[in-house]
Amino acid sequence: MDGEAILEYTDLSQLLSVLHGYGYTVIGPTLRDGAIVYDEVETLADFPVGYTDVQDAGTYRVARRTDDAVFGYTVGPHSYKQFLHPAVVSLWEATRTDGEMTIRTTPAPGAKYAFLGARSCELHALAVQDRVLYQGAYPDPVYAAVRESLFIVAVNCAHAGGTCFCVSMGTGPHATSGFDLSLTEVQGEGAHYFVVEVGSERGGEIFRQVPHRAANADESAAAERVVAEVAGQMGRTLDTDDLRDMLYRNLEHPRWEEIERRCLSCGNCTLVCPTCFCTTVNDVTDLSGQHAERVRTWDSCFTADFSYIHGGSVRASVRSRYRQWMTHKLASWIDQFGTAGCVGCGRCVTWCPVGIDITEEVRGIRLTDGALSGQP
Amino acid sequence: MIERTDPWIPESYHIVKTWREIPDTFTMELKPTDGREIPRFASGQFNMLYVFGVGEIPVSISGDPSQRGILTHTTRAVGAVSRALCDLKEGAVVGVRGPYGSHWPVAEAMGKDVVIAAGGLGLAPLRSAVREIVAARERFGKVSVLYGARTVEDILFRRELEGWRARFDLDVYVTVDHADAAWRGSVGVVTRFVARAAFNPEQVVAMVCGPEVMMRYTARELEKCGVVDDAIYLSMERNMKCAVGLCGHCQFQQFFVCKDGPVFAYHRVKSLLAKGEI
Repeated sequence: MDGEAILEYTDLSQLLSVLHGYGYTVIGPTLRDGAIVYDEVETLADFPVGYTDVQDAGTYRVARRTDDAVFGYTVGPHSYKQFLHPAVVSLWEATRTDGEMTIRTTPAPGAKYAFLGARSCELHALAVQDRVLYQGAYPDPVYAAVRESLFIVAVNCAHAGGTCFCVSMGTGPHATSGFDLSLTEVQGEGAHYFVVEVGSERGGEIFRQVPHRAANADESAAAERVVAEVAGQMGRTLDTDDLRDMLYRNLEHPRWEEIERRCLSCGNCTLVCPTCFCTTVNDVTDLSGQHAERVRTWDSCFTADFSYIHGGSVRASVRSRYRQWMTHKLASWIDQFGTAGCVGCGRCVTWCPVGIDITEEVRGIRLTDGALSGQP
Repeated sequence: MIERTDPWIPESYHIVKTWREIPDTFTMELKPTDGREIPRFASGQFNMLYVFGVGEIPVSISGDPSQRGILTHTTRAVGAVSRALCDLKEGAVVGVRGPYGSHWPVAEAMGKDVVIAAGGLGLAPLRSAVREIVAARERFGKVSVLYGARTVEDILFRRELEGWRARFDLDVYVTVDHADAAWRGSVGVVTRFVARAAFNPEQVVAMVCGPEVMMRYTARELEKCGVVDDAIYLSMERNMKCAVGLCGHCQFQQFFVCKDGPVFAYHRVKSLLAKGEI
């Protein structure tokens, strides 16, 4: 198929049916407990049609829209990492008999997911996690099992959130690669349709089975206008010029102590972050003591245990833990994986209970670049 | 179900022999339960040791890399897993993953003088290197072993140290922080032996392992003696859960200690060591 196509609003449910027909578990945005989160979707009725979200540092509210937009909001507290890199996963099980030990990999769930409604920042977050968990010397088998069968329907954002800064990070708002299909929602003058771009062979195969027609020049232009307008609406900005070196030379900046006075070290930012990948393992046994299991769970660099070695935690102060988190995202990640670990989705800003804003903290350090704290 | 090659799965080993070296430190010799050879390792690398149902910890290999039949580990019983490991008897089964990480620059040190400086348990991963060097002694220049322990009772591998000292081709210095009148050796920090050891600062490789503060001061002393910072190697310790760069625990700014280390050339970590809580 050449060029862009039009999928009418009323035919979106056909796309869902075809995906289900291909055996995909479709994950899309749904409204639950006052937030738009990712979950299994069966029909269009599961989508938060006519809703939006209002976000700022430390605050998130869902609100009604005056139209029937299907994707009229940005990203909520969930990211796709819960499907690719689950919060709790059994790695293996072991049995002990007569002084011998047998260890078997816990079978992977092997779920076949289609993500419907992935924003550009989410696609970049996936690409970042690919580098960390999939493209290194030891690909994570749990991640690989899900990643390899993934089908992605991207959505270009039609509005930017109060904490969004994808434009600063070069990760959006226009989804340019890493998808099988991409949709841009257009409404107005009685029309409601999606301009569709096909990003892969598999995407084309699936889309051919959904009713559609070729887009005319006006319709394509309307979609371009949507994306261009969003780029100008970012709620936040982050100056990335010289960012890595600027942070590396300010490891003793007084701003870290100032942040420590506000930071609760709760780890919310690491949980909502779509790229934070740290985990710990728990080894457990049943009551007989003959069966053991290793369970991997998400961990956070904000806990004291995270850096514990004999004698104490390497990062005993909250100041050093926030510094680790932020310098990892924006500086050392670049050395480790050739890309920043931040995609500008704004979740850490929105979901911080005290509203600590990574863009503001970077600005604060940059403003007094080179300042030294009184601490040794 | 999807077929996976899994970096998380330990291999089964039997404890062939286990003994206490000093009150809180023990050595165990392990053999694969199915009789196969142990994987090839280099001095300074480590394994993840798993005690059934209790947990897994990184432990450096203290044995000779040329000895392919047996895997030797020495560690201190300080946490839940290391205590459980210490309590295991001969014949018990443990899980082993590895070897992981970077190694001591033994090959690069050939033709040069060598300074080995260890503090406390830091002698364990360096013992592998010393044994390797001793086995090919004629290929190295002057070799000095500097070792510091807290007390006389805490001197690790004491008989082996005495054996090394008895050789004419090794200079061995042992010191303790505290001692009673019965101790006829040195008292004080190990760093002060750096200046006394005989080596050509322009043709030397130094391998240092011990508490971070000990390594920092030893490296500083070596620099004062004219050794360049890329001829000095340290072995870092950090919390580790996976050992393959996936869990994030061992990060040291841009480094993953498990795969970029544990052995680092000093010039790579020098500025980070000077800062706290990195």
